[in-house]
This record gives sequence, structure tokens and C-alpha cells, in this order.
Amino acid sequence: MIDSTNWAAVYPEMLLLGLTGLIALFDLAVKTPLRGATHRLSLLTLALVAALEFIHAANGETVYAFGGMVVNDTMGALLKGFAAVAMMATLIYGRAYAGARDMLRGGELFTLSLYALGGMFVMISGHHFLVTYLGLELLTLPGYALVALRRDDLRSTEAAMKYFVLGSLASGFLLYGLSLVYGATGSLDLAAVQEAIASGHLDRQVLMLGMVFVVAGLAFKLGVVPFHMWVADVYHGAPTAVTLMIGGAPKLAAFAIVMRLLVEGLLPLVWHWQQMLIVLAVASLLIGNLAAVAQTNFKRMLAFSTIAQMGFVLLSFASGVVGQDGNNMSAAYSSAMFYVITYVLTTLATFGVIMLLSREGFESEEISDLAGLNQRSPLYAGVLTACMFSLAGVPPLVGFYAKFSVLQSLLNAGGGVYIGLTVFAVLMSMVGAFYYLRVVKVMYFDAPTQTEPVVAGFDVRLVLGINGALVLGLGLLPGGLMTLCDQAILALWH
Amino acid sequence: MGLLSLAIWTPIAFGVVLLAMGSDKREAAAVRWLALLGAVVGLAVTVPLYTGFDASTAAMQFAEKILWIPAFNVNYHLGIDGISLWLVLLTAFINVIVVLAGWEVIQERVNQYLGAFLILSGLMIGVFTAQDAMLFYVFFEATLIPMYLIIGIWGGPNKIYAAFKFFLYTLLGSLLMLVALIYLYNVSGGSFDLATWYQLPLAAKPQTLLFFAFFAAFAVKVPMWPVHTWLPDVHVEAPTGGSAVLAAIMLKLGAYGFLRFSLPIAPDASHQWAGFMVGLSLVAVVYVGLVAMVQQDMKKLVAYSSVAHMGFVSLGFFLFNDLSVSGAIVQMIAHGFVSAAMFLGIGVLYDRVHSREIASYGGVVNTMPKFAAFALLFTMANCGLPGTAGFVGEWMVILGAVKANFWVGMIAASALIFGAAYSLWMFKRVYLGPVGNDDVKALLDINGREFLVMALLAAMVLYMGIYPKPFTDVMNVSVAELLKHVAVSKLP
Repeated sequence: MIDSTNWAAVYPEMLLLGLTGLIALFDLAVKTPLRGATHRLSLLTLALVAALEFIHAANGETVYAFGGMVVNDTMGALLKGFAAVAMMATLIYGRAYAGARDMLRGGELFTLSLYALGGMFVMISGHHFLVTYLGLELLTLPGYALVALRRDDLRSTEAAMKYFVLGSLASGFLLYGLSLVYGATGSLDLAAVQEAIASGHLDRQVLMLGMVFVVAGLAFKLGVVPFHMWVADVYHGAPTAVTLMIGGAPKLAAFAIVMRLLVEGLLPLVWHWQQMLIVLAVASLLIGNLAAVAQTNFKRMLAFSTIAQMGFVLLSFASGVVGQDGNNMSAAYSSAMFYVITYVLTTLATFGVIMLLSREGFESEEISDLAGLNQRSPLYAGVLTACMFSLAGVPPLVGFYAKFSVLQSLLNAGGGVYIGLTVFAVLMSMVGAFYYLRVVKVMYFDAPTQTEPVVAGFDVRLVLGINGALVLGLGLLPGGLMTLCDQAILALWH
Repeated sequence: MGLLSLAIWTPIAFGVVLLAMGSDKREAAAVRWLALLGAVVGLAVTVPLYTGFDASTAAMQFAEKILWIPAFNVNYHLGIDGISLWLVLLTAFINVIVVLAGWEVIQERVNQYLGAFLILSGLMIGVFTAQDAMLFYVFFEATLIPMYLIIGIWGGPNKIYAAFKFFLYTLLGSLLMLVALIYLYNVSGGSFDLATWYQLPLAAKPQTLLFFAFFAAFAVKVPMWPVHTWLPDVHVEAPTGGSAVLAAIMLKLGAYGFLRFSLPIAPDASHQWAGFMVGLSLVAVVYVGLVAMVQQDMKKLVAYSSVAHMGFVSLGFFLFNDLSVSGAIVQMIAHGFVSAAMFLGIGVLYDRVHSREIASYGGVVNTMPKFAAFALLFTMANCGLPGTAGFVGEWMVILGAVKANFWVGMIAASALIFGAAYSLWMFKRVYLGPVGNDDVKALLDINGREFLVMALLAAMVLYMGIYPKPFTDVMNVSVAELLKHVAVSKLP
């Protein structure tokens, strides 16, 4: 453990913060309606930061900073790199959409997104309950503003209000939980908390209460049942570019804080929080999937499908430790990491296509708006089809391997409960397949209701093409990413 | 790149190129010829598999093995033995036929139609050659995607219902199999290698559970009674080519699965539940045969007759003697040719009259003599007349059944009567007698392309019926080896 400040460990974060500040200033001088210069500078910043993080991940070092309050390890660096890349794709997909909706009068979309990314970085790197909490707030505050970016739009403002109120409530839960944990253990440092709990000399009742609140707060942020009420409305109400900002990259950070708080901090209580996660996961799979079937709005459907997908992630978190045996931990958590990364990849392309199909004054939101997309544009229909089959978990698309590795870790945990959970998860994937297939059906089997050609800038076409190719390509060759996740998780125990 | 990889990836590569070509109508001719080229090259690369095949060993030949997913020790492991050889050839052959059969019938989105079939064909060859369970599963499931699109885009009026029924029905079965595969991975100490799993000792209860997980996947695919109900609905709505591939190849994926998974991995459970399987098969043979007889729709009739014929296949497998198992495999191949021919024949009529109802026809022989001659041959093959492909497999299975149990053989043999009844009765109502109506009067006999399709299939049906030795010789050793393995208990 290094006691010094060690600025070197956080230089990507510092760089991101500094450059974002500069961009915010620079943007004042930008006059073009689509804010091309701001856009390009933001992408450059993101690319730079992503490169730095990937280089760090390749080095495989674990460095601590600020007396152990911040850590930059392989898992963190990888997740931050992917988050930056995801944010790049979000901005590229979202710019034309935002421009057509009067959201680019100022450069807030770019700067707030970059600040939100800074929040994600802090969440991912935080090795201290309070730092993690600060990161979370840094992520969600720009988020509230972004949802309300179309301030004259009734639905957006309503969504922002809901997001703000429920988000604050969740933060309150989390903070209260953290304070109880602090009260019980006398520390907020992850390692110290873990030691204190393991030593056993503390008030277990207070500690358990704290843990319950922490889990509830996390569940709120992940959007899992029964803390899912905000998800559908926010996904639906927010401008699609912002929906992607909220539903894409932050999932990587959400995975990281579950890892940090529950696995690294509260590991001695694993038996208790696993029970809670199982309940949350089962409820999410059930309600998310069943509610998604009934949706006619594509964004709402995706919101409920997200709830179900997060249920899958929680299942793998719940299968790490069986009895006293932690052999399955690496497999379980790396499968969760793989799941989240591939889920974000797929979500990006999905929303990318939705924004592509939206034009000025027309939101392509209903599933029926996709009718006959195959005739209008076989390429984008193909990309969206790949995404849908991937989310449904059909090989040879990447989502299949995500589901497969989660199921593998569940079955490996052994025992009747886990076999039951596996079969339940499989049955719920069946339900999921139905509504994903329905989207494909609308695109391929229905006659087009609109005939306008789908126009897109070169950058959008390029990134969307790569994104779609990755959904398929990582399905054909998933080995590399799986190994990366394995190594990242293994590095945590050393 | 090995021969098997070529056989898999050649059609897929051509299919991808076709998808990229765009659905412009002016390019349709180029698209068709390119698709035909792809299918023919795909067939050509499978020929060395037959000529270079060593029938004296049961070992996997033309093996290729590359580490594919290190995290789960999954290998890209291909290989064929005498059981899979002809299924691979059949798949590549039917692919050529289907491309030809869809030539001018399909006018909408030609490139996607042909591309989907080429990709599908490569994936199905992958299923027949995979020696790694994960690879098998990926190919097995991936076939659902092109078939779903084929049914849904080019199908009949109720195509959407059919496409969903097809996808979800088969998905449920295979997801349960996935759980079984993961279970085997965990208990075998982290391997998806089939050969390793064959040697794995398993207690009675896991074997039974595994057996039923595999049953869920494969029985739905075969399909066995009572989970066959999706097949008639799907056949009726699918385009002609889709029906042909579905009946000729996709059903065999399920039957093949029984041979590669259920029998060798859970031999004790297979023996324990053999009576159950034989019972279901006999119900398929007899009851579904009777159901076929009362159908008014030609495609439905042939679909039910497929279920009955596939009943012979599952019957043969679970009698565990070499005659019945070889017979069942021969029946798989024969049914591949015959059912494809039957569906393509219905397609010929449907393209002209746009009706599948038997009642819409009558006396077709008067206006389409050449076609009626082919149809007669295929009808005879469908009822298992000696000298046609349909006879060989059924006869072997019946002999095997009599060897195992006289009454089973007796009931199975009755299928020949029902088969003759529904096939000939349909032939009589559609083709014979006076010209039924104006539609029939206006019919034009088959053109050169259709003649070629029919002639190729007729040649195979006759060849297999008259000289089945090339088909049975290659599989003898592999079947004997399989049965030897299944006879040994795996209980610890």
C-alpha cells in the first residue's frame, strides 16, 4: 500500500477533467449549429483517455493512490477504456439526432457527457466507500441535466424529474448504508472494512442493516426489480441520445461498483448479499421479461429488457461463493464482466440504429416504425437483427456466450438452488427471445410504412458498421475478450 | 484449411457475398448464377470426402482441431465418420437442388433468399461435422436464424405464426440441452470434447436427466410424436425451398443428435428408456400415418408423412442392433432425397395454380405427363416400394425390429401399408382421372430447369434403391463401434 498521493495513478482522470474544462471554455466560441469542433475535440479527448487506460490495462499493474482511496487495476483500466470508447460511439450516434432536436444550442451534451464519464472513472477506480459515492454522484448529476436537455419537451422534463427524485432517493439509501457500515466497522476503506468484518469484533446488526441499504442503493442504480420503476420512464422520456448515455457506458461503472463495494468491501458478508441478489435477479428476470413482451414502444421494451439483462448479471454475482468455497469466484465475476461489456456493445448499436431512423420532428420509437427496414436499408436491418439475436442469446452472436458463461458459472456453483436458477434463467430467455424476435419480424416480414431512404453521415455509418461487425465477430471469436475478463478478475485477488 | 472447413465455409462465404450484393432486381440474374456457383462449388468440395473416406475405421477422419475459446477449453474440432459422411454429402446436394428450385419462383429479395440458403447449408454441415459439443451447439442453434427469416419473409399467408412457432419451439428444446452440455462440461473437468464425454462414467440419475434434456432438443427437432405439432404448421407456410431443406436436412439434425449425444453419453438411460422411445416412434409411425391419410392439404400430408418416416429413424436407433441402426441412418438419407422431391413437386404445382389443396387438382397427368411420371416415382419411393430409396431403410429397420421383438416389427411393418395408402391416394386424387378444372387444363408441363431438378433427385432415389451398397458400406464399421460403445454400462 502506498501512502503518498501518487498522482501518476490517476493521470487519465486528471487529463479527462482538464481537457473537458478546456472544451467547455472552447465551446463558447463555437458557432456552427452541429458544433463540429466541440464534437471532434471531445472524441479526441475520449480516444486519448481510452488509449491511456488500455495501455495501463496491458501493463497489468495495480497502483493505489491517495493512501489507498483510489486504485487503478487491470479490471478498472479495462472498464474505463471500454467506457470511454462507448461514450465515443454514443456521441457519434447522437450528434445528428441531438442537432435535429435543438439540443446543440450549447455544447452541454458533449461537456456533460464527458463529466459523466469522469464520474464513471471515479466510480470504477474508487477503493473507498466515499470516493465511490462521489463518483456515483458525479455521474448522475450530469445525467439529470442531460435528460432534461430538451427543456420544452414535456416528456423529457417529466423523465428528468422522476430520474432526479428516485436517483436522489437511491443515493440516500446508499449513503445511509455506507454510514451504517462506517458506524459498525469504523472505516470507509474497502480493505479496512473487509478486515474489520472478518475480525468479527463489531455490531453485526448495524452492519447487516448497512449492507441491506447498500444493496438496495446499488439495485436502484442498476435498475433491477423492485427498484426498477424509473428505468422505463427515463429510457422512454429522455431524448434517445441521452437514453444511450444513461443506458450504455454507465452499466460498466455499475458493474464496477458492485465489484468494489460488495465483492472487495463486504466479501465476508457474501452469503447474505448473495441471497439478496438472487431475489433481485429472479424478480428482474421475471418482471423485466414479462413486461417487455407487452411493450409497443421500442425504447420502453429495451428498458424492460435491460432490467432482465441486469438480472442475468446479478445471477452471476450470486454464484461466486458457495458455502465456504470461493473456487467459483473468478469464473462468476468474469462472466458478469463479459456479460456487461457485451451488453453495452449491443446496446450501443441498437440505439445507434434507433437514432439513425429518427428524423427532424419524427421519433422512431415505436416498434412498428421499424416496419420493412430490411427493404429500406438491409445493412442497418442486419445490424439491428444481429443485436436482437445477441440480446436473445442466440449463437453465433456475442450475447450467447455471455448467457452461456453465466449459466456455466451458475451450474458450477452446484446445488439444487443453482440448478433451479439455471433452468429458470433459461426459461426466461425463452420469453426474451419472443420479444426480440418480434422486432426482427417487424423489420423483415412487414411491409415498409415509410419509404424515405435512411441517410447517415460517414462517421455514423462507419462506427455502426464496426459495432455491428463486433456483435457478430465477437460471437465467432469470443475467446480473446473472455480471456481478458478472466485476467482482469484474477488480477484482483493478487 | 481442411476439407471439412472448406465444406462448411465455402457456402457461407458465397452466402455473405450474396447478401452484400443488394436486392436490386437488375442484378437478380447475376445473383442466381453466383448462388448456383456457390452451391456447386460447395458440393464439389465434399466429393473428396467420399473418395478419400476410409470405410475400414470408425475413427474420426479429416479431423481438424484448433483451440477456439481458451477460457472454456472449446475447440474448433471437426471430423466425420461413416455416420456423418452421407449427411454432409446430402446437405451439399440438397443445397444445389434448392438453389435451382427457387430460380424464377423467388422474385423478391433474391439475394437474401439464396444467401440465407447457402449460409444455412454451411451451418448444417457444421452440425454434422462438429466433434466439440459447444461447436455443435453453436451450429445447431445458428441454423434457426436463416430458417426463421426464410419462413417469415417468403412464406405463405400465416407465415409469421409459423416462423415464431418454429423458432420458439426448437429454441426451448435446445436451451435445455445447453444446460445439459454445461453440466457435462463441469463434471468432465472442463471439456467439451465429445470423445471425452463418451468415456465419462455417469450415475443413473444424471444419465436420466441428461437423456431427457437431449430428448427435449432432439425429439422436437426430429420431430417425434407428441412434440411434432410445429412441423405441419411450419411446412404449410414455408416456401417450397424452405420446406425441402427443413424436411430433407433439418429434421436429421435431431436424429443425428440422438446418435451423437443421447446414445453414447447416456447409454444406460438410453437402454432404460428404450421402450418409451420405441413406443413414441411406433405411435408416430402408425397414428401419424393415419393422420396423414385424412389431410386435405398436400404439404400437410407430406409433413405428416415425414413425421411417420422419421418415426422409423428413432425406432431404429432405440432397438440397438446394427441392422436397425444402419437402417435408420439409411432411412435418414433416403428421406432426405424423397421428402425434398415430394415438397419440390408440390412446389411445381403450387407455382402454377397457387393452391395446395388436393381438391384443387385432378387429372394433372393429362396436362403434365413428364411431371406426373416423376411424381409417380417419388410417390412410390415415399411408400417404400422396392427399387426406390424409401424401401432400403424401412426394410432394414423392420428386419431389425423383428429381430428385437416380433410385435414391434409387426406394427412397424404396418406403416408400409399406411404409407402406401396415403401416398397413392393423394397421387390418385391429384394426378389421375379426368382433368379436374380449368386451372389444371391450363397447366404447362415442367420446363428444363424443373426437369433437371426432378431428374437429379430421381437419379438419386433410384440409385439408392437399386444399389444401396455405397451408402451402407461406409457406415458399417462406425455403427458397429457405436453399438459396442452403447452396450457397455457407464455406471460408476
